[in-house]
Amino acid sequence: MLLIPCPYCGARTENEFAYGGEAHKVRPEHPEEVSDEAWADYLFLQKNTNGTYYERWVHAHGCRRWFNLVRDTLTNQVHGAYKIEEEPPKVDETTYV
Amino acid sequence: MAQTYRLQDRGRVDLERPIDFTFNGKRYRGYAGDTVASALLANGIHLVGRSFKYHRPRGILGAGAEEPNALLQVESGPRTLPNVRATQAELYDGMAVTSVNAWPGPDTDVGAVNQLFAKLFPAGFYYKTFMWPGKAWPYYEKVIRHAAGLGKAPTDPDPDFYDKRYAHCDVLVAGGGPAGLAAALTAARSGARVVLADENPEFGGSLLSARETIDGKPAIDWVQATLDELRGHPEVRILPRTIVFGYYDHNWIDLLESRTDHLSRKPDDRPRQRMWKVRAQEVVLATGAIERPLVFVDNDRPGIMLASAARSYVNRYGVKPGNRCVLVTNNDGAYQAALDMQDAGIEIAAAIDVRAEATGPFTERAKQAGIRILPNHGVAAVDGAKRVRAIKAQPLAADGERLTGASRKIACDFVASSGGWNPTVHLFSQSRGKLRFDAETAAFVPDRSVQRARSAGCCQGTWGLMGCLKDGLAAGAEAAKAAGFPDTKAGSTPKASDDGFLPARWLWTVPGEQPVGHKGKHFVDYQNDVTAADLLLAIREGYTSIEHVKRYTTTGMATDQGKTSNVNALGIVSQARGLPIPEIGTTTFRPPYTPVTFGAWGGRDVGDLFDAERHSPMHAWHVRAGAAFENVGLWKRPWYYPIGNESMHDAVQRESKATRDSVGILDATTLGRIDVQGPDAVEFLNRVYTNGWKTLKPGMARYGLMLGEDGMVMDDGVTACLRENHYLMHTTSGGAGDVLAHLEEYLQTEWPELRVYLTTVTEQYATAALAGPNARKLLQEVTDIDLSPEAFPFMTFREGTVAGVPARVFRISFSGDLSFEINVHADHGLHMWQTLMSVGEKYDITPYGTETMHVLRAEKGFIIVGQETDGTVTPIDLGMDKLCSSKKDFIGKRSLARPDMLDPQRKQFVGLLPDDPEEVLEEGAQLVEVLKDAPPMDMVGHVSSSYMSPNLGRSFALALVEGGLHKHGQKVFAPMPGGKTIACTITNPVFFDPEGERLRA
Ligand SMILES: [Zn+2]
Repeated sequence: MLLIPCPYCGARTENEFAYGGEAHKVRPEHPEEVSDEAWADYLFLQKNTNGTYYERWVHAHGCRRWFNLVRDTLTNQVHGAYKIEEEPPKVDETTYV
Repeated sequence: MAQTYRLQDRGRVDLERPIDFTFNGKRYRGYAGDTVASALLANGIHLVGRSFKYHRPRGILGAGAEEPNALLQVESGPRTLPNVRATQAELYDGMAVTSVNAWPGPDTDVGAVNQLFAKLFPAGFYYKTFMWPGKAWPYYEKVIRHAAGLGKAPTDPDPDFYDKRYAHCDVLVAGGGPAGLAAALTAARSGARVVLADENPEFGGSLLSARETIDGKPAIDWVQATLDELRGHPEVRILPRTIVFGYYDHNWIDLLESRTDHLSRKPDDRPRQRMWKVRAQEVVLATGAIERPLVFVDNDRPGIMLASAARSYVNRYGVKPGNRCVLVTNNDGAYQAALDMQDAGIEIAAAIDVRAEATGPFTERAKQAGIRILPNHGVAAVDGAKRVRAIKAQPLAADGERLTGASRKIACDFVASSGGWNPTVHLFSQSRGKLRFDAETAAFVPDRSVQRARSAGCCQGTWGLMGCLKDGLAAGAEAAKAAGFPDTKAGSTPKASDDGFLPARWLWTVPGEQPVGHKGKHFVDYQNDVTAADLLLAIREGYTSIEHVKRYTTTGMATDQGKTSNVNALGIVSQARGLPIPEIGTTTFRPPYTPVTFGAWGGRDVGDLFDAERHSPMHAWHVRAGAAFENVGLWKRPWYYPIGNESMHDAVQRESKATRDSVGILDATTLGRIDVQGPDAVEFLNRVYTNGWKTLKPGMARYGLMLGEDGMVMDDGVTACLRENHYLMHTTSGGAGDVLAHLEEYLQTEWPELRVYLTTVTEQYATAALAGPNARKLLQEVTDIDLSPEAFPFMTFREGTVAGVPARVFRISFSGDLSFEINVHADHGLHMWQTLMSVGEKYDITPYGTETMHVLRAEKGFIIVGQETDGTVTPIDLGMDKLCSSKKDFIGKRSLARPDMLDPQRKQFVGLLPDDPEEVLEEGAQLVEVLKDAPPMDMVGHVSSSYMSPNLGRSFALALVEGGLHKHGQKVFAPMPGGKTIACTITNPVFFDPEGERLRA
């Protein structure tokens, strides 16, 4: 059970949150101009990094706010949380093989 | 009955408080402080059950959580608990325990015939025996389940209740032995909030079974003084009978506290067990160590137990496991048990020591005490099937791989065996801490903590008592400091002995008269009946990874989690493969450390509290009206309202007809409602719905279709423009939460520039839908709103009063008939409903439930999201592409242009009319175009909704059929189980009032 630092509420238990997948994927501004392949990428593919990962969470049973989290997907170490409009914190990124 | 093996001069049981209990129906007596195991041993009983696979007679091996054999069924009836370790179950008056896996009893067990077929049960026997032919699997499974049936689960409802509690602490100490108590002490002195938990009713851990001193006084005095001081700290929570069984991410720890299992009379007001879920800043693991059995031939015979267990029975429970003991050991420490037993009057017939030279501090004391030691000896054979009678010792050859020279038979009535010690690293391993193999003690010890935890005492490979105390004091101080408390110096360590158990010789398989696997069995994992021969077979068959060997042989699996077997198995594999143990690897220990009851997991979330229920303000009326209810999301919705003994079919036919003939009333409160406000609200609606919203004026309402970004229909409903920049969105009853989350996600993450604010207002309103030709006449009697078609056209709403209370009335229709949906404040819901019912009497107003609602909407070909759609259906599939605006982007639009979405052979929405108008298709039935004599046939679609309609005078259905939009008039068939086939014609899905004259009336 992760302890997740909501940037609005503070540290709360994982079961108050819902997961939102990879962060910083931007919806194309003009989807109709995007190729089928690029659209499928946007829709279905995520980085799924084994290591430092930037991901979205929503405090579903709390403030209902979306935010981003930097987490090591292998160790579950949390490197920090930041608001949607904020820049990610500086983190020594790790990728495991 | 006399407790022949009870010692009067030692032990912590209360000889003043005798306790009567039954074992397999026979009465016995023990004392307060006994476990079932110690009480059985006091009565001379070793044979308590049969093994899992071979049904070998089994006795009591351990004295605690490590026990793999003595699993018993406690009590019978609804409170019964299977597979309880006799070594952990506290004895209480009137307790009834029985053997598991033995019928009729452990003495004469029918399943023991399995022993004769042992050759059929080699490693991997499940995989080899039961996998082919696949068709027979259901039969095999039955056989396996029966054979594997250790205990019996209760079949009646559980009369007890269980609790769950959440707690936070600065320092959690797992284990209340010398190291744990010392750690709790220094942590508490710093002012930290401490939770100290131990599985035993008494704290002290190994000290309860020891005869050592601390600062010159009995160790138990130090335990008492420490507990007294801890109780004086208000921030310390002491939890006896509480096992720390799970260690999860970010120091989330699960504990199971036993509250009434040890009581003869279970109080009604106390939970049987309580699960603690603790978030700890820092953790001290002081979980001790578990002795390893030695792997010699027939080492599972009743009467053969761990040396530490024998010592515990003598010192802690005042019970002699027998009168004449043979010690079998590979280390010095085991002689401590022999000395304590000798002191209690037990004859030590001999010590079979596999070490070339028997040396060490305890060995020397044993020699002085006159104990006969046979160094460099192995176990040639064991006599006695249901109770060990003698053990045959024979010298080991120089390489230790076989026996040589003359053997001698030593009579005995029990055997104490020691193969060294395993630090209890289960919790550390669960925390994902890294283990390191310590070659000197041949044990895995904690290396690097991954979480904020440290180990202290035996569980990290500190073996002397003084070392454990020192470890604990330091760990507690360190943990408190790391949690932000002042540095309390650990202080000086109390004086105690500091002997470990070395020297030792690591002989992983002790050779017998015959090679391993011939005549007799060398057991490694008692609980799963895995022998050294099984491990060797797995290696011969090519399983090299320890993970594969483990799964193939089942060693270390199940509830036991390899407590006694793990390192022995690794040692044998390492020896066979000629690789050092660290290169073989270790397996991960998984939670729970010991089994946890379902009751504890469920806690209070059972029965009425299992899940939340949502009720409309009119719910009580529906109950009084005798409605049958159905679950829609969390809502309880009236399904139909039977009159007298009316069947569901009859009720629904009556309600459907009455509504179309005069007027019906439906509780529509459960529709989701989202208040949408802000200067960019209309732009937002344009983006989230497929259709356009810019022309919607205040007072008007519009149907909207909402897609996921993948182009699939996710919700639908009517949204009204209340005033400029202010809208009220309706969602499906079950979809309200998901829709709000979906909208918030886009608003917050993709379009934060839009000034739009969403509020859920579902619970603020109560809604009644009046439908039918008399709906207007009825409503006009109780409202000041002009309901004339000119003043109040279709797809608009008006505000005024209904039944004297403020109301917003929508002229929308899900029934296809003239309909008004009346929304009032939730508090006025019941009043509004009751007024409409009494004024409506003269129109024969008929309340109808969701089933009739479905019939009426299906007659009109209106879809239900989740019934006609299943997450793979697009608006194009539904024939609703006209609702998809070409003038703007919307969520899901781009996906609708993907090639797959334009495939003309996608399943599309159609109506179905069975050839036989009395035949009602089954929802979910598969449809084919070409019939064959038997499956498989090419399926072209399925039935999504199907009803008998009194208004059409026949059965009808809705379906999704490949290319169905262009197949109107064609035949499809629904082959049913049993050979019947229902022929149908594909039609337009609108069956009733296709021009919409009635709903616009
Ligand atoms: Zn929050």
